[in-house]
Formats: sequence, C-alpha cells, structure tokens
Amino acid sequence: MTDKPFLEVDSLTKRYPSPDGGAPLTVFEDINFDIDKGEFVCIIGHSGCGKSTIMNVLSGLDSPTSGGVTMDGKELSGPSLDRGVVFQNYSLLPWLSALKNVIFGVKARYPEWSKEKVREHSYHYLELVGLVNGAEHRKPSQLSGGMRQRVSIARAFAIQPKLLLLDEPFGALDALTRGTIQDELIRIWSGSDQTVFMITHDVDEAILLADRVLLMTNGPFAQVAESVAIDIPRPRSRADIIHHDGYYKIRNHLVEFLAKRSKDLARGSDASEETNNGPQKPKVVRPALNTPSSSETESIVPPNLMKIKG
Amino acid sequence: MFTSLNLKALFLSIIILIFGLGVWELATPAVKSAGELTEYEKLVGAADQKARVPPPSAIIVRAWEELSNPIYDNGPNDKGIGIQIGYSLFRVLSGYFMAALIAIPVGFLIGMSPLAYKAFDPFIQVLRPISPLAWMPLALFIIKDSQASAIFVIFICSIWPMLINTAFGVAGVRKDWVNVARTHELDSLRTALIVILPAAAPTILTGMRISIGIAWLVIVAAEMLVGGTGIGYYVWNEWNNLDLTSVIFSILVIGVVGMLLDAAFAWVQRSVQYQE
Ligand SMILES: Nc1ncnc2c1ncn2[C@@H]1O[C@H](COP(=O)(O)OP(=O)(O)O)[C@@H](O)[C@H]1O
Ligand SMILES: [Mg+2]
Repeated sequence: MTDKPFLEVDSLTKRYPSPDGGAPLTVFEDINFDIDKGEFVCIIGHSGCGKSTIMNVLSGLDSPTSGGVTMDGKELSGPSLDRGVVFQNYSLLPWLSALKNVIFGVKARYPEWSKEKVREHSYHYLELVGLVNGAEHRKPSQLSGGMRQRVSIARAFAIQPKLLLLDEPFGALDALTRGTIQDELIRIWSGSDQTVFMITHDVDEAILLADRVLLMTNGPFAQVAESVAIDIPRPRSRADIIHHDGYYKIRNHLVEFLAKRSKDLARGSDASEETNNGPQKPKVVRPALNTPSSSETESIVPPNLMKIKG
Repeated sequence: MFTSLNLKALFLSIIILIFGLGVWELATPAVKSAGELTEYEKLVGAADQKARVPPPSAIIVRAWEELSNPIYDNGPNDKGIGIQIGYSLFRVLSGYFMAALIAIPVGFLIGMSPLAYKAFDPFIQVLRPISPLAWMPLALFIIKDSQASAIFVIFICSIWPMLINTAFGVAGVRKDWVNVARTHELDSLRTALIVILPAAAPTILTGMRISIGIAWLVIVAAEMLVGGTGIGYYVWNEWNNLDLTSVIFSILVIGVVGMLLDAAFAWVQRSVQYQE
C-alpha cells in the first residue's frame, strides 16, 4: 500500500485501575488494525473481551490508556459528527418521535440547513429503513425493538458520517427481524461509500455483511489475532451465500476460532512472553480461497451451533 | 370497564357527601327561638347563635351569597372572597416563581456536578426542615414590609422541593442520552436544554408540584400572621367576628383553590411525562 489507510488503530491499550489498589485490569494491549475507505469490517470475540471498549475509543466517548487512532490523517480526540454511533440499546431520546429523533441528529450535523430541508432529509432516511406511513410520528416506547433500531440506524446514516460504528446493533432482536434489518443495512450501505465498523457475536451476520472480520482473543490482554477476508462476491443474499463454495470454509474458520482458538491464543493475566517490536498487524486469512486440505475445514458445523454467545 | 368504575366511584362519592352532610345537619339542630329555650339552655349560652357550629344548609346559603358577589371592597374588614383569594394567589405565585427562577438553574448546576451536589447537600439538609414561618421575624426585621415578608416566606418554603428534585432529576439522567448528545457534538448549553432538561422534566415538575402545594398551605398561616388581606386573614377575621359560617365557607374555598392549583401542575406534569 502506498498511501496511509483511512482508519489506523495504533498500539491501542486499555487498562482499568483495580478497585482494591492491586494490579490494573488490562482489557487489551497493543491492538493494531486498519480499515480502508468504504470497507465494512466486523469484529467478533467473546463477551467481555473488550469489543465495546474499542468501539467507545473509536467513537471518542472513552479514551485509551495508550496508543491512538488516526482517521483521514487526523488523530482522533473526543466524539465527533464524523463518526456516527448505533448503540446496542438504540439510545433514542424517548420524549421525541421517531422523526424528531432523526431530525435531532440532522440538525446537529447541518445547523445551517432550513427547517424543511432538515425534515425532508430526515424523512428520506426513515423511508430508507422502511419506517414511514405513520410510524415516524410515534415515540420510541410505542415502537417495537426492530423499529427502534431502524430509527437509530436512520439517525446514524442521516448525519452522513465518515465512519459508522455499530455495537451489536441486532443483538436484542429476534432472528426474523434481524434478517430484515440486515438486508436493509446492506442495501443502504451498498448505495453509499460509507465505512462501517460493527461489533457482532453472530458469525452468519458477519459473513453476510462484512468485507473483513477481525477476530479477537479472550481477555484480559485481548488481541486482534486475525483478519479474515470474506471472499464472497456482492450483492449477497442470505439465501444464496450458503451455496457459495467459500461459505462453509469461512464459517468453520470463524466458529473454530470462537470455540477453541480464542481461548488458546489468550495470553491470560501474566505479562508478555513474546516481546513486541513495532506494530503487529493481525495476520490476514482468506479461508474461501484455500483449497480444503485439512479435515477441520471440511467438517460442517450444524446450524444450531452457529451462533456464539456474545 | 374504566368508565363503569369511574361512574361507580362518582355515585359512591355522592352518597358519602349526602350522608356526611346529613349527619352534620342533624347533629346541629336548628336554633330554637328565644321563647322556646329552657332556663338551663339560656344559662349555658345556647341563645348565642354564633357559638354554634352552623349546619351545612347555612353554609350553602352563605356560599351562594359570597360567590354571587365575589369582587367588592368595603374597606379592610369587608372584601369579597374573590379579592381575598386574588391577594393570596398573587403572593403565592410571585414567591413561588421567584423560587423557581433560582431553584431550577441552581438545581441544574448542582445536579450536573457531583462535587457541587456533595458540597451543597449539608446546607440544603439543614435549611430544608426549618418551618417557613420561623423565617417570618427575620424577614420582617430585614425587609420591614409585611407584604413582602409574606412573599419571602412563600419563596423560602417553595425553593427546597424544586431545588432538590431538579438536582436529583438532572443527576439521574441516563448516561446513554448524554452520550447521544456527546456523539452529536452538542455544546454544554445545548446538551442542557435539549437533552437534560426534557429528560429531567418529569422529576422537576414533581418538585414544582410539591412546592406549590406547600406554598398554598403556608400562605394561610402567613396571612393570619401578617394580616391585612388574603384568604388567611379572611379566615382569622371571620373567627374574630365569631362568624363560623364564613370560617367554614372559607376553609372550603381554600381546599378548592389548592385542588385547582394542584390540578394545573398535574396537567403540566403529564405533558412532559415520557415513557422509556
Ligand atoms: N468502567 C470500567 N471499569 C472497570 N472495568 C471495566 C469497565 N468497563 C469495562 N470493563 C471491563 O472491560 C472488559 C471489556 O468490556 P467490554 O468492552 O464491554 O467487552 P465486550 O463489549 O467485548 O463484551 C470487561 O472485562 C469489563 O469488565
Ligand atoms: Mg459489548
């Protein structure tokens, strides 16, 4: 690569002081990875490994103990409208209607716009997530979980951020609703050059949506162990990708990592055995392009074991 | 289902009212004319009509008289009930809104800063339980004006519930919503006005509703003390006239006005209520 990547995470470390004055809790240490412009990247790892912490650092709501993040050549500091966030619990303002929640974001983003323009723009994004025909005037408490998350996604897309951050956005939704909103998300994303970074604990969701999946080992001292390329052509649909040759190779690779290697690779609480010299980018793996040589990649995991607890 | 319950309740309320008034009416027998009184009754003062608790029928008649001509002013000891209520409401509302003007911004600052919350807490805890009337001598001495002192007493009694509730409501705003403000780059003033204020509004309004209730309780006592005008003075004046019919009538008026004030604040409170 000749020029610098769009987003560069450099030696990111997060430690929390221990409440009883003992050794601090190191959530992760020396994390490095890049994201290119327009890329859709998912990160997968077990609950508590520090995914949300990474996301909060990227959004600017939290700051790392050391290391930094550069976006578009600028070091990040604090929250900014360049980065839109969709939280797992939707984080809509309950006293505002769905439309007004989106307007809230658009007004903050484009304070110079006229009232009509703000409204039109907001309405357009609610239309994209299929939330019009009366539902736009309802308060969040009068909407289902899926509808709330649609509003939250519309709000984040409507501010047209350079980077969109999603923290397990579909974790609380039933499978059917999740499928529909995944389709909507992919449709909106395809029509834009939006860069997306998304946390998920659903392997199938990651394969459907992502260009690349980052695999995180268990904490403390969590690492981004691998960067798995999803070599499945777009547009993808849930019905078709399972027939793609690479699908089960990727899937098995991810499931095997979560089931086994995330634990084996975890460094535990004792300090580094290997001395790091310089930033270590995660190893790039392309399971779909490998010829099936090992027996491990051929064994197909039954669908009911597919979902890993997040 | 609800309407039938409401209807039943209304029906029951009316029965209770009729029963209560009936018992009251029967317990206060009509005054016999002087010729019918026994020697004993004359001795114990039964002849003095004013010494009796009047029956409800007398109060209804008095209410009709007073309410059909509420606004007249025949000097300090004879003003219409409307004028007296007007004086009291003026004092309550001016003291109350001055308190709100201070309590809500200060409560906001206290609620936003854990340090200020802790630092102000001991003062609030000591000042809050002081009976508002205990301030009256000090107010009279410093302000040297009985009307202004009454307003000050209202001010001091309504400030605490509003201050405490505002601070509590602001401190309890969900972190998620503050994070939404932060990720949208809102400055502190905008965050306060368009995120924290609506989020804390139900709690703040609860405080305002408690305050107006207390202020209305206190004004009667304050006006009995400072005299001159107002519904509290009216009650005291009628007691001095031994006109118990008017005393009972004005007690009822105090209750009704207090209920209306509370209903008005309940209405505002409902309009800022939201469901998470
Ligand atoms: N404020 C905090 N103080 C101490 N430890 C924390 C704090 N926030 C998170 N942690 C710890 O950091 C680790 C990572 O948390 P998190 O990023 O939420 O994990 P994930 O999103 O991957 O489930 C967890 O072990 C959690 O207990
Ligand atoms: Mg998390």
